[in-house]
Amino acid sequence: MATSTSSTPLPPISPRRRRTDKLMRAVLATGTGVALVPLVLILFYLFSKGLSALSVHFFTTDPNTSQCFPHVPGAPPPPPCNIGGIRSAILGTIEIIGLGALLAVPTGIGVALYLTEYGKAAPFANAVRYFVDVMTGVPSIVFGLFVYIVLVVSHVGGDAVAWKGAVAVAMLMLPIVVRSSEVVLGLVPDSLREAALALGAPRWRVVTRVVLPTARSGLITGSLLAVARGAGETAPLLFTIGAAHVLTGDLGQPMNTLPTQIFSDLGQPTSQFADRAWGAALTLVAMILILNLVARLAARRSRLA
Amino acid sequence: VEASAPTVSGGRSVLERSPLSRLPDTVLKFGLAVIAAGVLILLGAFFVVLVAQSSSAFSHIGVFNYLFHNNWDISQLGQGAACDTGHHCTFGAWPMLLGTLLTAGIALVIGVPVAVAAALFITELCPRRARAPLSMLVDLLAAVPSVVYGLWGFIVLAPKLRGTQQWLADTFSFLPFWAGHVAGPSYFLAGLVLAIMILPIVSAISREVIATVPVEHKEAALALGATRWEMMRMAVIPYARPGITGGAMLGLGRAIGETIAVAYVIGGSTTVGHSIFQQGQSLAGVIALQFGEAQSTPLYKSSLLAAGLTLFVLTLVVNLIARSYVVRAGRIGDKGPGRFSRFRRSGGGAAAPGITAIEPETL
Repeated sequence: MATSTSSTPLPPISPRRRRTDKLMRAVLATGTGVALVPLVLILFYLFSKGLSALSVHFFTTDPNTSQCFPHVPGAPPPPPCNIGGIRSAILGTIEIIGLGALLAVPTGIGVALYLTEYGKAAPFANAVRYFVDVMTGVPSIVFGLFVYIVLVVSHVGGDAVAWKGAVAVAMLMLPIVVRSSEVVLGLVPDSLREAALALGAPRWRVVTRVVLPTARSGLITGSLLAVARGAGETAPLLFTIGAAHVLTGDLGQPMNTLPTQIFSDLGQPTSQFADRAWGAALTLVAMILILNLVARLAARRSRLA
Repeated sequence: VEASAPTVSGGRSVLERSPLSRLPDTVLKFGLAVIAAGVLILLGAFFVVLVAQSSSAFSHIGVFNYLFHNNWDISQLGQGAACDTGHHCTFGAWPMLLGTLLTAGIALVIGVPVAVAAALFITELCPRRARAPLSMLVDLLAAVPSVVYGLWGFIVLAPKLRGTQQWLADTFSFLPFWAGHVAGPSYFLAGLVLAIMILPIVSAISREVIATVPVEHKEAALALGATRWEMMRMAVIPYARPGITGGAMLGLGRAIGETIAVAYVIGGSTTVGHSIFQQGQSLAGVIALQFGEAQSTPLYKSSLLAAGLTLFVLTLVVNLIARSYVVRAGRIGDKGPGRFSRFRRSGGGAAAPGITAIEPETL
């Protein structure tokens, strides 16, 4: 008698509890399904509407608005015109994001190096950490306003030009780079640093020859994710890069980018522009996904485990 | 020469470096400190510039009147300089403030339960093999730029959900601020799109936090005869609650600051709508859409910069509260980032642990 009760120490689960368990499992699974619905829908529309817009012409011509405007309300609709592709927008995005990364990545890794190698838990280092956190939460449009006031209104090197937009984007990327780099640099084992120091290496050699190479792939991953994040941003560019449609490689000129191109196309009356917006959106998402993919591949090669 | 032991020659040990060879060290340390200080200076300048630029609006209109008066009227813009004296144009930003808070609130109500459910399912219920792919799919939502959400919300969602919105408005018409005519773009639609946009960050942080629940707690609950759900309710959720709350607050901060997507799907009306199914405007949206035309009207421009400052302060407060919660949950300790690795041990996958740990920040 006693042995049989000890072999089943627990009372059987009542049907009510079993039902609740089943129900809640179903609810959680449904929640996951619901979370994936928007992703499926967005990808579906991106491909179904965006793919039809893509063509060689789409990638090799610049947006052309001059032929199609003005559109007079009330008058018969103007004849269909060639609104052009997104060549200048693609090039502009690459240039602005490239310059932004060039500004943000070295600075961000520098700050992270200071925090892990020198600052550690000092009050100043903690203050920097705190304000980097604050910076992460600043809405991107506020960065745009700041750069507009400081750089555009003051007419430093022209009006609203491309490099100013790159500065705004860099400010957005900076805290992301700092935080991810700090995590990765913190993962470098102290024993490696100590070994190098014990061999007589000066601190700067430890940093450049041991810490940075060990953390390299992690730093690349964090930086690429930050760049991917910056690539899709529209708000910091709205008032800072000037509105241009022409192709230019000069960062001192107004420039076009994919996000701002989509933004302005959405405000246009005819469906032609919406089609171009979908095509541009597909291109932009593809670029960001490629960056993410490269970042993940870099992460896989990480030496830190 | 007896160089076997450190001897002193000219006041310094032979093991000590010469001042010249120590120079790179000093330069590196000093240079990095300057860069780090640059971040503080940048944010200080940020705040000072925003305050200075919006002060004329605040002093002209009054902080209270600016924030809580429902009268944003720029219809007289371009009819001479009258707009700038504040006599013909009025700048009360309450409609925008309300729009921001309302849409962010709707986003939390819709988004957080879904995100937490997904996090619980992925960490506790689904087969181990499906964990990484499912997490990646949810995280993928964060890779979609906000302008694409705007495009999708405006062109696809707004017309398709009009019927659904009308049905909701009619069915639950007894609720306040609810019934009435339904516009395509609306507070509700903006909230829905924001819910989708905050889903990945809330879900990622919830997953992280749930992964830190000690296995012993879960096993203890199961050993006492709890079902899976009871284990989650009694062992997982109470332990992870501060972290989940922090994640939700970070999502709230994201929702408040979101600009382009909201600007498209909220409708753009600068008056307070009669229900959540009507058009409105948000603080970020009004800046994006009206800043261009405000250039030549100082008071107008200053009012929009004041909207930027309000937004900044709002997100600052929300993020600081979020931070305190997340710190309490032990994710971001001030003892340095090394603590991350400890938490990741059980949930580690193929990727480097540091990378999985940083993901929520980079979303």
